[in-house]
Amino acid sequence: MSELITLNIDGVEVKAAPGTTILRAALANDIYIPHLCDHKELTSVGICRVCLVEIEGRRPTVSCMTPVEEGMVVTTSNEELDQIRKVNMELLVLNHDYDCQNCAKNSKCQLQELTRYVGIDENRINAMRAPELASPLDDSNPYYLRDLNKCVLCGICVRTCEEIQGDECIDFTFRGIETKIGVLGDKPIAESTCVTCGECVTRCPVGALVPRHAVEPTYEVDTVCPFCGCGCGITVGARGGKVVSSVADPDSPANNGSLCVKGRFGLGFVNSPDRLTTPLIRKDGDLVEASWEEALALIGDKLGQYKGEQFATIASAKCTVEDNYVMQKFTRAVMGTNNIDHCARL
Amino acid sequence: MYEKHILICAGTGCISSGALDIENALREELAKHGLEDKIRIIMSGCHGFCEKGPIFIVYPEDIFYCEVTPEDVPEIVEEGLVKGNMVERLLYKDPVTEETVINHDKIMFYSKQKRLALRNCGVVDPENIDEYIIRGGYIGLKKALQMEPMEVVDEVKSSGLRGRGGAGFPTGMKWQFGHNSPGSKKYVVCNADEGDPGAFMDRSILEGDPHAVVEGMLICGQAINADEGYVYVRSEYPLAIKRLQNAIDAAEKYGMLGENILGLGLNFRIKIKEGAGAFVCGEETALLASIEGRRGVPRHRPPFPAVEGLWGKPTIINNVETLANVPLILRSGAEEFASVGTEGSKGTKVFALTGKVNNTGLVEVPMGITIREVVFDIGGGIRYGKKFKAAQIGGPSGGCIPDEHLDLPIDFDSLTAAGAMMGSGGLVVVDEDTCMVDMARYFLNFTKKESCGQCIPCRLGTTQMYDILEDITEGKGTLEDIDLLEELAVAVKKGSMCGLGQTAPNPILTTLRYFRDEYEAHVIEKRCPALVCKPLLQYYIDAEKCIGCRRCSKVCPVDAISGEKKEPHVIDQEKCTQCAACFDACPAKVSAVQVVSEGLPEEEPETCEEGCKCQS
Amino acid sequence: MAGLATTLGSGAMTNSIAEIGDAACIMAIGTSTTEAHPIIGYQVKKAVRQGAKLIVANPQEVPLARFADLFLPLKPGSDVALLMGMARIILEEGLHDQQYIEERCENLDQFKQSLEEYTLQFVSDITGLPGEDIVNAARMYAENNPSSILYCMGITQHSHGTDNVIAISNLALITGNLGRTSGGVNPLRGQNNVQGACDMGSLPNVFTGYQKVTDEAARQKFEKAWGASLSGEPGLTHTEIFDAAHRGEIKAIYLIGENPVLTEANAAHSLEAMKKLEFFVVQDIFLNETAALADVVLPAASFAEKNGTAVNTERRVQRVRKVLDPVGDAKPDWWIVSAIANEMGAEGFAYNSAAEIFKEITSLTPSYAGITYERLEEGGLQWPCPTEDHPGTPILHTEKFNTPSGKGKLMPIKYRPSEDCCDFDFPLILTTERNLYQFHSTMTRYSEGLDELSGGEHIMINPADAEKLGVADGDLVEVNSRRGKLQVKAKITRRSQEGVASLSFHFAECPTNLLTSAALDPVAKTPETKVCAIRINKA
Repeated sequence: MSELITLNIDGVEVKAAPGTTILRAALANDIYIPHLCDHKELTSVGICRVCLVEIEGRRPTVSCMTPVEEGMVVTTSNEELDQIRKVNMELLVLNHDYDCQNCAKNSKCQLQELTRYVGIDENRINAMRAPELASPLDDSNPYYLRDLNKCVLCGICVRTCEEIQGDECIDFTFRGIETKIGVLGDKPIAESTCVTCGECVTRCPVGALVPRHAVEPTYEVDTVCPFCGCGCGITVGARGGKVVSSVADPDSPANNGSLCVKGRFGLGFVNSPDRLTTPLIRKDGDLVEASWEEALALIGDKLGQYKGEQFATIASAKCTVEDNYVMQKFTRAVMGTNNIDHCARL
Repeated sequence: MYEKHILICAGTGCISSGALDIENALREELAKHGLEDKIRIIMSGCHGFCEKGPIFIVYPEDIFYCEVTPEDVPEIVEEGLVKGNMVERLLYKDPVTEETVINHDKIMFYSKQKRLALRNCGVVDPENIDEYIIRGGYIGLKKALQMEPMEVVDEVKSSGLRGRGGAGFPTGMKWQFGHNSPGSKKYVVCNADEGDPGAFMDRSILEGDPHAVVEGMLICGQAINADEGYVYVRSEYPLAIKRLQNAIDAAEKYGMLGENILGLGLNFRIKIKEGAGAFVCGEETALLASIEGRRGVPRHRPPFPAVEGLWGKPTIINNVETLANVPLILRSGAEEFASVGTEGSKGTKVFALTGKVNNTGLVEVPMGITIREVVFDIGGGIRYGKKFKAAQIGGPSGGCIPDEHLDLPIDFDSLTAAGAMMGSGGLVVVDEDTCMVDMARYFLNFTKKESCGQCIPCRLGTTQMYDILEDITEGKGTLEDIDLLEELAVAVKKGSMCGLGQTAPNPILTTLRYFRDEYEAHVIEKRCPALVCKPLLQYYIDAEKCIGCRRCSKVCPVDAISGEKKEPHVIDQEKCTQCAACFDACPAKVSAVQVVSEGLPEEEPETCEEGCKCQS
Repeated sequence: MAGLATTLGSGAMTNSIAEIGDAACIMAIGTSTTEAHPIIGYQVKKAVRQGAKLIVANPQEVPLARFADLFLPLKPGSDVALLMGMARIILEEGLHDQQYIEERCENLDQFKQSLEEYTLQFVSDITGLPGEDIVNAARMYAENNPSSILYCMGITQHSHGTDNVIAISNLALITGNLGRTSGGVNPLRGQNNVQGACDMGSLPNVFTGYQKVTDEAARQKFEKAWGASLSGEPGLTHTEIFDAAHRGEIKAIYLIGENPVLTEANAAHSLEAMKKLEFFVVQDIFLNETAALADVVLPAASFAEKNGTAVNTERRVQRVRKVLDPVGDAKPDWWIVSAIANEMGAEGFAYNSAAEIFKEITSLTPSYAGITYERLEEGGLQWPCPTEDHPGTPILHTEKFNTPSGKGKLMPIKYRPSEDCCDFDFPLILTTERNLYQFHSTMTRYSEGLDELSGGEHIMINPADAEKLGVADGDLVEVNSRRGKLQVKAKITRRSQEGVASLSFHFAECPTNLLTSAALDPVAKTPETKVCAIRINKA
């Protein structure tokens, strides 16, 4: 572990490990520097220019790309910086579909947070030439929506796709004012190589990428994804007796904050109206609803007749450790046979 | 064994004005006279004087024929070569003195130039390595290879050479960073992605003297211990690519590229990478991304390429013209190189001189020469005797210099102080017929389209500024717009990530600085003083001059002109689209169609029914 | 998992998911990692981004192949030849870790002898790969350390699956890649608690923590704890159970959370077997194709409706927490099984909570002994975790192997071709795959949207084969094997190599396992679903 570097940000002495950027060092010490394109899990690129700071003896530069140096004196806000930032934000606001009331990200939007902090000059915005925002909504994916009229081109989704997912199915396309995030051939996202992992949706700072049926959960519970063997930690949100959301548990070492399409979007089966809700017993060839007492009595009676090697249990890799323990204990201790197996080989 | 050499300029300008047809005609004619073995034809690189092309020089006499056509060739052969006379009518005539000039170095266009980077252009056969070597080529390389890398760096440092690609960063210092960066793998990249509209000095060097670039890269390789080089060149330059590849092949054959070069230890190879036409790929980090096969967009610096460049390895990127100067420095010494130029800017600079001057073309001038000398001596002054208004220096992201600064010395620091920049060397001269607001709009249209779109100020700011400028040129601007424009320009300049955005506002800032009155005329009086901005113009027909020839009404695309034959015609202002077709169609000696921007002249009051002269 | 148990002493992933990203070389064989284990796929791609070499060996051009430095489209069922061939090259070229072999392995000579068969020519003929690629793979794997091998059902679901696994273990042993960070032999487990089900002894031959039923001491321990006398005879495996049912020897089955009508190899055979049962109890969250055959169906709580633990592929025991109350009268599986036991008058099933059961588990299972629910609140723990102050074990075999000698056993293997061979009537090989948007057969079919993304079932046919068969993209085809037939739409793609076609098995509309073979690996008893001779006709 190398020595910590000491620098001064807005008069506060701050320590940070070598290689830390000024932005991260400041944020870690509760000094807010407005920023948009920087994300703590992704490579910094310095393209939004919002996190400009002044370092004594240098021209204004972006704090997200500048590593801390010993004795550095950093100013995060002065007249010049504020003016550049303001104009920058005003341009962004002007080119953004500002229909916040109808936006799924309302109140959780980083652009709102930034404009609140930076402050914008309404008169200047009104004097500017407002563009027509007419990108059609891309609703081709069943789980998320892409609204490019809200996109601020921070590139977080692009870097997420490249660095987290490794799929690289989206990138900046076109140039200048025409620039947009797109897929090969400028097609709807569903026709790309997108695997709907949703990593970009969770990281989008604005309302450009939002889950399709977003519902705020009443409460959330940390658990484990029910699908493959990765055993990803998920935080499942519930509301009104239904599972309504699933996000990665950032602290789970198995998935380190990531999820795939199934774990993030595929839990709807829990709410399915086709779920079994009562025991069924075959009567005259048909399965008919029965009470637990009835079912248990029938099973107890029947299984009593097949103890030993004429009985077998097929257990389940979908059930918990505790479930499986009880199943094999039952098979061995009650039914008197080792005929138990599950789908480990399938 | 040859009695005479004929140099036909095969630069792109002369080729497009017919140089290859002249070559064919000449070969045919020489064959007719049985002179193929006595007279050698050399298709040379650009001579710079594109205005007067195709250029045709007869050596050893140094007879400079210009604007030659294939039809002239029999006469040149018959009179000039067989009989030993000159074809007087094809010689250059000075536009001012109207004197005929025989030798090219006596022409004003050339006499004030100092051709160092272009030393071989138009002189050697660019596809013949021997000619390059005869003229001192690869001597600098040999010297460099006998020196320690750091000695090479020091030599370039003490020459004072600064990058010719735009920013003017000291080349030697850049090389020193590259030299000092640790790592066994390093690259030398030649930036030949010449994107400024109208600039063609890099193209001319690659087409006319490709070995100079190869040698420059090799010397850089020696200085920083690199073993691989890339030339990133626009695919729109097929001839440059062909000649460069030819030069690389020849140099490999001669042992000047490859393993253990000249037996002095250096290993170095050069590859050509063709660009796809994005202006921003001339920005060094975007260029590197493009070579790597990624989207050609800039990235934040630092780290600078000299520390972390191509594929993360230390990389020196120099512009073509910079590299073409390097062999000279090594060959003749830093001191001699530094003897030309000013305190802060050594050597020469090549400019693409265009616009409203008499002599357009490629000119190489010593640093410190004044704009006046370039425009009036080399350029031969303004066409049609009009008035010089400004020089736009540095391409679309440069700035304009007005007539009060005509005596400004051309060097990196003076230009920057005046709000312009050296850039890659575009020099567009504008006269009184140019609207400065419209010019700023024109350049912003270029930069907004070429913005890579990554950073907010450049992506959104350039478009916003363009939209405002467009409104102003259409008479829809307000005084507040001028302030807004200025605020935007400053924010974009200070806030953008790369050179493109940081310089894109220059045309606005300099025109606002020197020609604010023109902006004000547009927004307050809705008037374009230069009569350029169409929506602010009014065309009318002077009834006293009009002869009713109907030429104007025939060409009017919107049928806005009415009038009986041989009677004065009238333009319906409601219909007129200011296309100027009538203006062009009206016979010069009549000149009845008039254009104004201050409003139509008050009409003669019509006589009312009562016959009095009341103003109804 | 029997293969690793023989050579290393433990049949589980030797290393952890998070380490994969830092490997210098990854060989992914018989796994479409990005589709079946997307999160591990992220790690592989991360490693590649950081400069790791990636070898993908798979008959199908799986999506991960795009990231590979070397893609080896070997013939189905030829893995042993490839792996042993690589081992031979490594030893011949001296790329092995001599010191590691001397200190930590045994049986080198016998192993070397068995390599004689695997000349480059022989391996190239069997696998259909160019010799150069095989040599490059061997060098790439051996020269870049640490090197991690990932494998999945493409390795195990063969009549010689155990051989495949042993061959992998051999490769890792001779290069010293076991017991080190970011190396190892890593079987990727298919289901969220397949490791836990194995750990708990939902297997015919072991109690919890792989304590053998044939081991007298172990059996006595469990007899004492459970207050019952226990059989010392290993029971029947999955496929054997259905065979026995088909023969009428097994008369009653209690089946929990599975859908063998779709997932069992040679499904028609097992369907017949289930129909012959005298008493069939199915416990599930849905009335799936198998439940519809039952005499009694019991409604189980879903994962979101119960407490407990699950063990992921890297042996990490993690808490499953209840989010909702079970729907209707559904109950947690442990509650239902206990209720049946209680109904039958058994002792020791008076559980009130999963936590209570977990305590009983840890008291009987040494590798779990140090794990408690309290500790799991702080995050998962990787077994073995023998004491409460033990931090868990991210990497197995760091000091010794769990074999009797403590050494890793190098095992000779003879190449055996797959059981179901092609002939004139069945000229193509069918292999099975998974789809990213589906998971086995039940849960994902009830989650809206996933079907749309997965695009339904298609048989993937190489363009050359399609031309011969006169089949165009989207055509309906009939697929016949020696055991059954079905109809499905064709997708013409180079993902399948010439001579090989593939199907997934997620869709009831297309019950792939009607076709597949239940030829079993002699040791692990895994059915050979990955190689099945078929014929395709335009329907």
